[in-house]
Amino acid sequence: MNVIVCVKQIPDPETPAAAFKVDEQAMQVMPAQGISPVISPFDAQAVEAALRIKDAAGEGSVQVISLGPDSARDAIKHSLAMGADDGFHLKDAAFEGGDAWTTALTLSKAIQHVGLPDVLIFGRQAADWDQGTVGSIVAELLDLPSATVLRAVELTDGGITVSRVVADGFETVELPTPCVLTISNEFGDPRYPQLRQIMLAARKQVVELGASDLGLDASEVGAAGARIQMHALFQPTSDVEVEIIEGDTPDEKAAGLVNALRAAKIL
Amino acid sequence: MARILVIGEADGGELTAPTLEILGGARRLASELGGDVALGLIGAGLGSAAAAAGSAGADTVYTADSESLSVYQTESYLPLAQAIVEQSAPSVVLMAQSSMGRDLAPRLATRLGSAVVMDALGLEVDGDRVKATRSCYGGNARQVVTVQTDPQLITVRAKAQDPMAPDASRSAEVIAVEVGERELRARTTGKELAESEGVRLEDAEIVVSGGRGLGGPEAFSDLERLAGVLQAAVGSSRAACDLGWYPPSQQVGLTGTVVSPTLYLAIAISGASQHMAGCGGSKNIVAINKDPDAAIFNFARFGIVDDYKKVLPSLESALAAALE
Ligand SMILES: Cc1cc2nc3c(=O)[nH]c(=O)nc-3n(C[C@H](O)[C@H](O)[C@H](O)COP(=O)(O)OP(=O)(O)OC[C@H]3O[C@@H](n4cnc5c(N)ncnc54)[C@H](O)[C@@H]3O)c2cc1C
Ligand SMILES: Nc1ncnc2c1ncn2[C@@H]1O[C@H](COP(=O)(O)O)[C@@H](O)[C@H]1O
Repeated sequence: MNVIVCVKQIPDPETPAAAFKVDEQAMQVMPAQGISPVISPFDAQAVEAALRIKDAAGEGSVQVISLGPDSARDAIKHSLAMGADDGFHLKDAAFEGGDAWTTALTLSKAIQHVGLPDVLIFGRQAADWDQGTVGSIVAELLDLPSATVLRAVELTDGGITVSRVVADGFETVELPTPCVLTISNEFGDPRYPQLRQIMLAARKQVVELGASDLGLDASEVGAAGARIQMHALFQPTSDVEVEIIEGDTPDEKAAGLVNALRAAKIL
Repeated sequence: MARILVIGEADGGELTAPTLEILGGARRLASELGGDVALGLIGAGLGSAAAAAGSAGADTVYTADSESLSVYQTESYLPLAQAIVEQSAPSVVLMAQSSMGRDLAPRLATRLGSAVVMDALGLEVDGDRVKATRSCYGGNARQVVTVQTDPQLITVRAKAQDPMAPDASRSAEVIAVEVGERELRARTTGKELAESEGVRLEDAEIVVSGGRGLGGPEAFSDLERLAGVLQAAVGSSRAACDLGWYPPSQQVGLTGTVVSPTLYLAIAISGASQHMAGCGGSKNIVAINKDPDAAIFNFARFGIVDDYKKVLPSLESALAAALE
């Protein structure tokens, strides 16, 4: 079973709200002091899913692809340290300023360049822009069946059986290979790389690929090829001022809250 | 003419609440853009839902109605959604940010040679584009974006748009779309409904939610009792779901359900941005947390700083007495 996982390096989504700052002029998130970027959490779970598929099959390989600036290399190294076999870094000045479409287009070319695997795995959404579309766009571009927002993936005789998280429960979906899967947090925790694996991964080669290696023209990718345009980026403000209900006993506090809710006509 | 197509959803013969809201939003956009509103419905037994579409704001309804479409499957719905777009020729396509919308919208956008903006909170006309405001960075930021290609696809968050007051004098022409048969590669073979008793999370006027600070699954029964008194739904933080204390279907937040009740009671929840992304639209948030510095108090209208174990029994009896 050959699996390709697409992973993205992003600002740590667990950055405390107080340390999160936006540069409205540049429409960018400012790097938080002392907090390193991380592999997007759902992508780490996607790598975990890939490793389990390879283990269950007893043969095959797990290859990871990341598109991004130099820092994207760390997401690849993290995946290699988790146990992935090879890494590919899509890096080119022409890729900058892209959107979901150019990202998916570039990734789909890279997947064809590396060789179409049996299973292609993505995170349900990158925890920076929270769009959740790249996996499905790649599936459409490569004309592959897809199943999204998964909590479980199982190999079967003829293909793959997955469990989808939907609003009112779970759905079972059966897919042939090759197919595209996107992984949600319900999948469970990814393995954490051990020091020895981190050191081994550090020595592994990561293949760098640019637009021309993938047969892409600079006009198709990055800002030039983007279909979505951003007009503003800002931090929402909250204008509520909390009223702490005081009291000497829990009974007093509870009664105070109920009175406050009634006075405010909430109850 | 700028036509807005809503790809809607029906459940039990009725248009879903998000579909009604998006039709309301589409009406507003259509009047600003000088166009009309079409509704596309894919499913089984759509007759009564289609009949109700006019009074909810649609001018035309396209239905792909067949027993084989009773459950959403990517490969059965996608070509029909494409056919509806091709027949109705819209400039803007709106869908709910639902389990279906999340899965269908990006594939449909790609098939149409365009792109999609997901989970819009606000929609505003700007020339011939619809500017969408959406949450990103786990709720820490908002961005304003447009789709530059045509048609412009946008999925819309629940409760972000207002439905129209039903207008019985309006009616919509219903056009049946041919369904045909297709060989599906990916097939949905089973469904497990999450057990949920009482009020549905997304419809509730009051939500009582618990977090990791509850300390264990047993405390959720106390929350359920309190919810019973308030006729509320019970939600939970992801931390509590990940620990297996409460089912994922009840998770509130960025990757869970988005709720916007009149009252959101957050018990032993810290108020992480990703949680607030799912409840920040509530009209009133009340927090019970033993930590006076918990972030949740930045969003709450009223707060109690204490151990929830001490407060909950008193609160339950005070509420029961007040609501008698
Ligand atoms: C990409 C991504 C997506 C995410 N999506 C979601 C999502 O959809 N929904 C979601 O909820 N989270 C989500 N999270 C997780 C989120 O960041 C937080 O980790 C999570 O919400 C914390 O849950 P919590 O508040 O229950 O737990 P904690 O942060 O551990 O807070 C527990 C709180 O309980 C209080 N407490 C403890 N004991 C008591 C007591 N006896 N009485 C009163 N108070 C007490 C503590 O003071 C604390 O404030 C996501 C994270 C990421 C990175
Ligand atoms: N720059 C990128 N490089 C590699 N994979 C990506 C990139 N951006 C998005 N992805 C993949 O696509 C998924 C969905 O991303 P998105 O649609 O941006 O929310 C992510 O979880 C990744 O698996």
